[in-house]
Amino acid sequence: MVVSEESSRTVYNSLKGVGVQLVSALPETWLVHLIRLAEEDPDMTLVRVNKEEEAVGISAGAHLAGKTSAMLMQNHGFFASINGIVSFAMLYRIPLLMIISYRGGMGERDTWQTEGGRVTEPVLQALGINYTMLDSRDTVTHRIKEAHVLAESSLRPVALLLTRDLMWED
Amino acid sequence: MGAVAAELYSLGHRPNFFYLEHAMGLASSTGLGLSLSLPNKKVIVLDGDGSMLINLGSLSTLARYRPRNLTIVIFDNESLLSVGGFPTATSTGTDLEGIARDAEVPQTGTARSVGEFADRFQNALNTDDLTVLVTKVEAVGPPGFHMDLALLENRFQFQRHIRSLEER
Ligand SMILES: Cc1ncc(C[n+]2csc(CCOP(=O)(O)OP(=O)(O)O)c2C)c(N)n1
Ligand SMILES: [Mg+2]
Repeated sequence: MVVSEESSRTVYNSLKGVGVQLVSALPETWLVHLIRLAEEDPDMTLVRVNKEEEAVGISAGAHLAGKTSAMLMQNHGFFASINGIVSFAMLYRIPLLMIISYRGGMGERDTWQTEGGRVTEPVLQALGINYTMLDSRDTVTHRIKEAHVLAESSLRPVALLLTRDLMWED
Repeated sequence: MGAVAAELYSLGHRPNFFYLEHAMGLASSTGLGLSLSLPNKKVIVLDGDGSMLINLGSLSTLARYRPRNLTIVIFDNESLLSVGGFPTATSTGTDLEGIARDAEVPQTGTARSVGEFADRFQNALNTDDLTVLVTKVEAVGPPGFHMDLALLENRFQFQRHIRSLEER
């Protein structure tokens, strides 16, 4: 059981493909390869945050300065950043490209992830955030591109959920 | 935000001013995003003690990336002046400069008078390094918080202003 390096590379290359120049991150197991790729990329600014909500401000600053950014976090980190999303990104119409690992769904073995897994989609829906799954390497590039386009045209946060099918190789 | 934003606005708005209302704590993070994205521009964040206390981790992230073009001024009135003036933890001794210093912010200071503020702020502008300047102030704000500038108007104006600087 390992995190898929190939899927991580596909996601990373797709982010580069839409012009992402800055990535903020707070690690979790499924994100390790993605963060390493950002670390090793001399053209990427990687900001390791202490709490995911900081990333909302960092991405907003980057956007106002004309740079495209993405946020890497797990669903619990998304929960930890909700006030920033509502009171900054939504209030000020800031596009956010949120790459969220969807822990706690079907097949989850870690007990502690399971409550968060149950409420991730309901919370996204309650906030009116457009989201889609990244669940197959074949569609990752297309979906990331479309999410980026929607974030920029709607000037709102958009979420991509990294699923077990994509990220985990049993 | 709150009193700090209204007071700055009352002194005369400029297109390079962005007022972050409501999103407590994210002014310093926004300053980090701006300063990393605009390495050749000076970025100044004016924040309150309560807003810094709600996101203390940000001081540590700032120090880690050490954008040399960023200055953070914290107007420490030891209170949440905008919402009833209740005392914050700085009123019982929490030292924001000390926290910034221990987070490894390279340049820190505390100003206790207008003269000290002027000197230290000028110094921050002259030195090419990340600075956190805590400024002890009385807990008095502007008479009203009304700003004749919609949040979104300010946001788009600010973004357009930065774009125009980049094109120059
Ligand atoms: C998450 C959150 N909690 C509470 C508030 C309400 N609120 C608005 S301004 C403010 C006080 C800000 O204090 P400080 O940064 O010290 O600025 P001051 O008003 O003292 O100038 C509070 C608590 C808020 N905007 N956001
Ligand atoms: Mg205060």
